[in-house]
Amino acid sequence: MKNSIQIPDFSRSPKVDQVGIIERASRFQTRSIKNESKIQALEMVLNMIDLTTLEGKDTIEKVNQMCYKAQHLHDDYPGLPTVAAVCVYPAMVATAKAAVKGSGVKVASVSTAFPSGQSPFSTKADDTKFALDQGADEIDMVISRGKYHQGEYNFVFDEIAKIKELCGNQARLKVILETGEIGTLDDVRRASDIAIYAGADFIKTSTGKIGSAASIPVTLTMLYAIKDYYLKTGTMIGMKPAGGISTSKLAIHYLVMVKEILGNAWLSNKWFRFGASSLANDVLLQLEKQRTGVYQSKDYISID
Amino acid sequence: MSERINILKTYKIYIGGSFPRTESGRFYNPMNAKKESLGNICLSSRKDFRNAVVAARKAFGDWSDRTAFNRSQILYRMAEVLEGRRDQFITELMQQDSSRKDAEKEVNLSIDRLVYFAGWCDKYQQIFSSVNPVASSHFNFSALEPTGVVAIVANKDSSLLGLVSYMAPIIAGGNSCVILASENKPLCSISFAEVLNASDLPGGVVNILTGKKSELLSQIGSHMDVNAVCYTDGIKDELIQLKEASIENLKRVKSYTYDLTTAEVENPYIINDFQEVKTTWHPIEVIGAAKASY
Amino acid sequence: MSKNKIETEKMNWEYAAAPESASHIQLKEKYDHFINGKFEKPSSGKYFDSINPATAKKIAAVAEGNSKDVDKAVKAARKAYDNVWSAMPASERAKYLFRIARLIQEKAREFAVIESLDGGKPIRESRDIDIPLAAAHFFYYAGWADKLDYAFPNRKPKSIGVAGQIIPWNFPLLMAAWKIAPALACGNTVVLKPAETTSLTAMKLAELIQESGLPDGVVNIVTGDGKVGAEIVSHDGIDKIAFTGSTDVGKLIQKTIAKTDKKVTLELGGKAANIVFEDAPLDQAVEGIVNGIYFNQGHVCCAGSRLFVQESIKDIFIKKLQDRIETLIVGDPMDKNTDVGAINSKSQWETIQGYIELGKKEGLEIFQSSCKMPKDGYFIKPTLFTKVAQSSRLAKEEIFGPVLAVQTFRTVDEVIEKANNTPYGLSAGVWTDKGSKIFNLTSRLRAGIVWANTYNQFDPTSPFGGYKESGFGREGGLHGLSAYLKFD
Repeated sequence: MKNSIQIPDFSRSPKVDQVGIIERASRFQTRSIKNESKIQALEMVLNMIDLTTLEGKDTIEKVNQMCYKAQHLHDDYPGLPTVAAVCVYPAMVATAKAAVKGSGVKVASVSTAFPSGQSPFSTKADDTKFALDQGADEIDMVISRGKYHQGEYNFVFDEIAKIKELCGNQARLKVILETGEIGTLDDVRRASDIAIYAGADFIKTSTGKIGSAASIPVTLTMLYAIKDYYLKTGTMIGMKPAGGISTSKLAIHYLVMVKEILGNAWLSNKWFRFGASSLANDVLLQLEKQRTGVYQSKDYISID
Repeated sequence: MSERINILKTYKIYIGGSFPRTESGRFYNPMNAKKESLGNICLSSRKDFRNAVVAARKAFGDWSDRTAFNRSQILYRMAEVLEGRRDQFITELMQQDSSRKDAEKEVNLSIDRLVYFAGWCDKYQQIFSSVNPVASSHFNFSALEPTGVVAIVANKDSSLLGLVSYMAPIIAGGNSCVILASENKPLCSISFAEVLNASDLPGGVVNILTGKKSELLSQIGSHMDVNAVCYTDGIKDELIQLKEASIENLKRVKSYTYDLTTAEVENPYIINDFQEVKTTWHPIEVIGAAKASY
Repeated sequence: MSKNKIETEKMNWEYAAAPESASHIQLKEKYDHFINGKFEKPSSGKYFDSINPATAKKIAAVAEGNSKDVDKAVKAARKAYDNVWSAMPASERAKYLFRIARLIQEKAREFAVIESLDGGKPIRESRDIDIPLAAAHFFYYAGWADKLDYAFPNRKPKSIGVAGQIIPWNFPLLMAAWKIAPALACGNTVVLKPAETTSLTAMKLAELIQESGLPDGVVNIVTGDGKVGAEIVSHDGIDKIAFTGSTDVGKLIQKTIAKTDKKVTLELGGKAANIVFEDAPLDQAVEGIVNGIYFNQGHVCCAGSRLFVQESIKDIFIKKLQDRIETLIVGDPMDKNTDVGAINSKSQWETIQGYIELGKKEGLEIFQSSCKMPKDGYFIKPTLFTKVAQSSRLAKEEIFGPVLAVQTFRTVDEVIEKANNTPYGLSAGVWTDKGSKIFNLTSRLRAGIVWANTYNQFDPTSPFGGYKESGFGREGGLHGLSAYLKFD
């Protein structure tokens, strides 16, 4: 548990004006990223993707296929990076680890009774320990939204801190706020602060399992929380928007936002990830368009 | 060289932005004065009315949330599209016993009336709202909000102008509506649905049914999810029927008998009739430099 | 894994040039006056150059007007008023205005490009703000033309006659819309003089007006310098004057017409206070401050040029503000990523530089963005001065550039007093999370527009105009009608 930095009173988290956020967010979306800066951005996006499969019907073969794609996005295009990580349920961690061995691609596992988090802590701890034992490099945990809405911010804080302790030196911890359930942007800010002060290495928007996923205004709010923490402590925290990002254009606007709010230092997969499944193919289509000069068809990119 | 056979038009109803047939499968044949059939017109059922209300309710949230500017642009676009289709409507009006001169006048008035009400969308709020100087330290303001889903009984003697004259102010104010077209002159109402469909109007904001007033009036009056009724035929018994049925959910019932060929109906009070007034209070702290000082 | 301090692994990602295409625009080499529905050569035979301030190069030549041209224009406007416009049914008048609005929408991109080339503002602003608002203004007032009886209880409004309108260079097309639309909607005809450094979009508007079929003489545009404006103001055939520009010229106009019956509205300068309380949503307040003073290079009469920040949050707020300023891109107005464009003219550039030097000389603390600057053209970095006192000239005089004067305050009384302590009174901004505080400030700030938790918001339905030496009369909304009407 963090005790070197003074923990703020979460009930008095900074206020966020939604209309102002949306206005600022829209300015990122009118940035025009072209030519070299577009290619650079597209390659960055690929390298920042956590390629994800989190379905009840996942099997060993499904995971193997996805892990192959993670390392061979589109061999026709020379010099492409791999994705940052693959993200799976704990039961699939061992399979994934074997499949990406030696490639540098990380294995992230969801845990803590993902996606709802409505289980006793012992279950969440076991879930996490199992994933770690199987070799997970990263843990994507969920916070207790119900407890949050009951006003028990300390409970939410403590859970995160305890999971962080379990991760030790082996795994980096991503904390999923499930912003679609957490309330207004004021709540997003508060939840972000709780997660950061409790020990998160990354804060993440969504599980991808409910209708509402990441958006630019929500991510912007979280980036401001990261920025304020950095100004106060000098410590960097990572950001992962997840769900709802399926076009390259949108992904590039996220990068614009990261650059202009946090700075170039955050533009690497050590500090920024996209939780996405179909984004990679759209990026590949755009890269091919940049390379060949003509608009592409999905027939030429593998669908795994 | 043989004569070209033309394609006969099917007149369907307009619900939720689509043109379905009546779910009852029934039709009727209204006749013009020359005893010619105007076509096999859908005889809408209570289920059609029910479906139309569902569509109107679904569309209401988005329509009322749009900026007034956006609504005014759409109403203006309706005028643009109707202007482009003058001939179609003149022909249909003449089929329904209008002289050419009257038909042209009716189409002109309909277009201009759409433009008129388009211009009110972003202004009626300024006329009818107020900041109220209450005797306590509160900022108090009254503003209008649309009432919801409005059922319109279009004027029985008019095929186009009667429908347009009341639809325009009602949707200009942010409401959605279900319109029962003139029973004996239904052609232009369905063709007008085509205009609506081509005008960027979201589906469900306006829904148009054809059929018999005697069958549907009780549905209109009694449906619990309709917020207001706009009745324009001036028949006492029908109005009483509507008023009595509306008691159950306190529908607002408005009856109008304007002479549509004049500018009588062109006024913002019709818009106001389908609005609710919301008054909000908020405290004003009293600190700091006195107002009079410079 | 322990937390990391800042890594030296740096990705350097810069935006490539993203130029807006100008190949589709149609710009003539020379523009004549627009009088009585036709383009008329200037009586003097002379033209002057319109310069692109981003390159300091000429883009077109514009007619140099004189008293003869003004006289021709006023006579054309009078004839059109007497014979055609005042007799036309209002609903038909409205249709012309609707046409103009729609035509602007159809040609939006061309107007935006020319606006940026001629005046220096970023294409992003002309494309996303100026042009759409101009079209919306025509659309709004078109709708009023046949509804005036509802706007004035117990009064019968009537048109006045011929309006003389003089507009500034900071929002050329938008200001033309703000003037022409209500004037025509109320049944008047117009003689308009655009600013000499930015006449091109007015001339394109003249071409558009021809296309709309507006009867000859209803709108007349005479180009030229301040002398042409003076001719319009003093011409006997003008019934009403509308002027937007500096307070000094506004006072000159009043002097000129003092002995006449001419009606006048003036929209003049400002030195708005933008006030940030400690309970404000800080990051959004930063956006509001930046928007308030750097938007349109600070060439805005309602710019939030005085920041008042509550002392308890001064350090963190200034830091955030500086960080945000560092992300502003100063550059070619035609690049879609440019946030801050070119200063409108050489002379304005010199004026602003003068104030910056003055601030340094006065011993104020200066901060300027470290951004790359274009080599050519007239550009100034976003600048802010801290440690500014109420008595400093930088806190009193309108600079009309991207220079922010920062002061602190401690209590509500103090900031209200300081905010009001100016001869100007056009606008103000308030940033706080507390509703009752907002309404307190909005009640007590002596300004014609108060923005709470936002800034620089404009809408055709919303009245705009100042208190005190910022002018009188309102443009926009229902309140914008009365200036163009007389009442029995």
